[in-house]
Amino acid sequence: MKSWRNIARGDWNTFLLPTSTLLGVLIIWEVVVKITAIEKWLLPAPSAILKALWSVKELIWQHSLQTMQETFLGLALAVVVGVTIATAIDWSETLKKAVYPLIIASQTIPIIAVAPLLIIWFGYGLLPKVLVVALVCFFPISVNLIDGYRLVEPDMLRLMSAMGAERWQIFRMVKLPAAMPFFFSGLRIAGTYSVMGAIIGEWLGASRGLGIFMTRSSQSFLTDRVFAIIIVITILSLAIFLLVEGLAKLTMPWHDQRK
Amino acid sequence: MSGDKLTVRGVNKIYSRDRDQIVLALEDASLSIQEGEFVSLIGPSGCGKSTLLDLVAGLTTPDSGEILLAGQSIVGQRGKVSYMPQSDVLFPWCTVVDNVIIPLRLQRVPLAEARAEARALLPTFGLEKFATSYPYMLSGGMKQRAAFLRTYLCKKDVMLLDEPFGKLDALTRMQMQGWLLDIWQRFKHSVLFVTHDVDEAILLSDRIFLMSSSPGRILVEMKIPLPRPRHPRMVTEKTFIELKRELMDWLETGVFGIAER
Repeated sequence: MKSWRNIARGDWNTFLLPTSTLLGVLIIWEVVVKITAIEKWLLPAPSAILKALWSVKELIWQHSLQTMQETFLGLALAVVVGVTIATAIDWSETLKKAVYPLIIASQTIPIIAVAPLLIIWFGYGLLPKVLVVALVCFFPISVNLIDGYRLVEPDMLRLMSAMGAERWQIFRMVKLPAAMPFFFSGLRIAGTYSVMGAIIGEWLGASRGLGIFMTRSSQSFLTDRVFAIIIVITILSLAIFLLVEGLAKLTMPWHDQRK
Repeated sequence: MSGDKLTVRGVNKIYSRDRDQIVLALEDASLSIQEGEFVSLIGPSGCGKSTLLDLVAGLTTPDSGEILLAGQSIVGQRGKVSYMPQSDVLFPWCTVVDNVIIPLRLQRVPLAEARAEARALLPTFGLEKFATSYPYMLSGGMKQRAAFLRTYLCKKDVMLLDEPFGKLDALTRMQMQGWLLDIWQRFKHSVLFVTHDVDEAILLSDRIFLMSSSPGRILVEMKIPLPRPRHPRMVTEKTFIELKRELMDWLETGVFGIAER
């Protein structure tokens, strides 16, 4: 978050240093591949990867659209479910005791083991992928928001009580806005995981999407294409991250400048 | 004493930390505030000053005793008096205007109407330039003014102020005391003011209640016959010094003496 603000301020060090590191790695990679004449299917040079990316750009675009659709629907579902769970848990202490440990425990179940079940239940369409994304993403949103509600300054709650505020007024006027930064921390993590969730969903069976395109490419030993897809996935994840950042700044103009 | 605005009579409050350890936070505390009177509670920390305010604000209930507002019991009832906590407790996500109108919003005053009312009052409170500023942009003194305006907009007859200037530096505090005197002179609220600053208590109050700790008790009531309107410079006057000496004597014999034993 901080680094992106610094770029806007013209602090180039935070941008320039990682970029030159990356560039250095790419150059060494290129040179090593050229010198050792390593096979293309084993490790393609960065230049070959870019060439592959360019040559299949239309195919990649088509598959990206599918993956993006799954990602956004899944993320939206995760926000709805995550916020609902967190709010319900904050509202009722009993519910918290009954549900919270189970939610934590549920995260020890590997998503890769659950995904085939979703395929069995919901087929090869859009729904199981959306569900995988939502399953991956609701957790960081929920847990962060629960913390956000819980960590509201007690003085604020006392003041509202003393002024005769009702419970829902305290929730709407204090707890909700106070928990916003926590919600966005959760959404930031969820956003970076979301594309990965969609890819995992597609691996298990799909007709379109970057995940299935990647599986096919690797099975055909088109390693340069696999790398090209990885680049696209990275760009998509970064784009979602930046989107969340922008949204956070828009919703909380007061937050960024505090200390 | 039917003319009292606020009456606290024979109030006891016990806190039980564990099953066997009991702390008597307040023992037989009684005080009263007349209409338009400025009354201070002074005492060492932990003497139950804040507990007493909490009881009047309805945040906790006493184990015995009465709390009356204009003759009616307000035990355990919130929102009957205006309350200003120790720290400013401004909401960082609201502008100054939106912070001070919170009590109005709680009473379901429409947003536009509430904002208009607050804006009209901003100049009086020296905040006209900060209407749309966020709290982090304000100095400590400005934050306290905003918090005070919010308390004022609770629009209750009795104001409870819990060490409102305790966290300010000495010079800002002096300035804010002068400012509070001006504001009070204009609106004449009944005020219950908690402090641990002797000068502040004498300068602002009509009457002072001195408290001692463990158990929290009201030791003595002192009248402050200084003329009004008052000014912070009065702390150097002879009458003021005499009053301060009297209060210090009480503190030394009553409060510190008990504490040492």
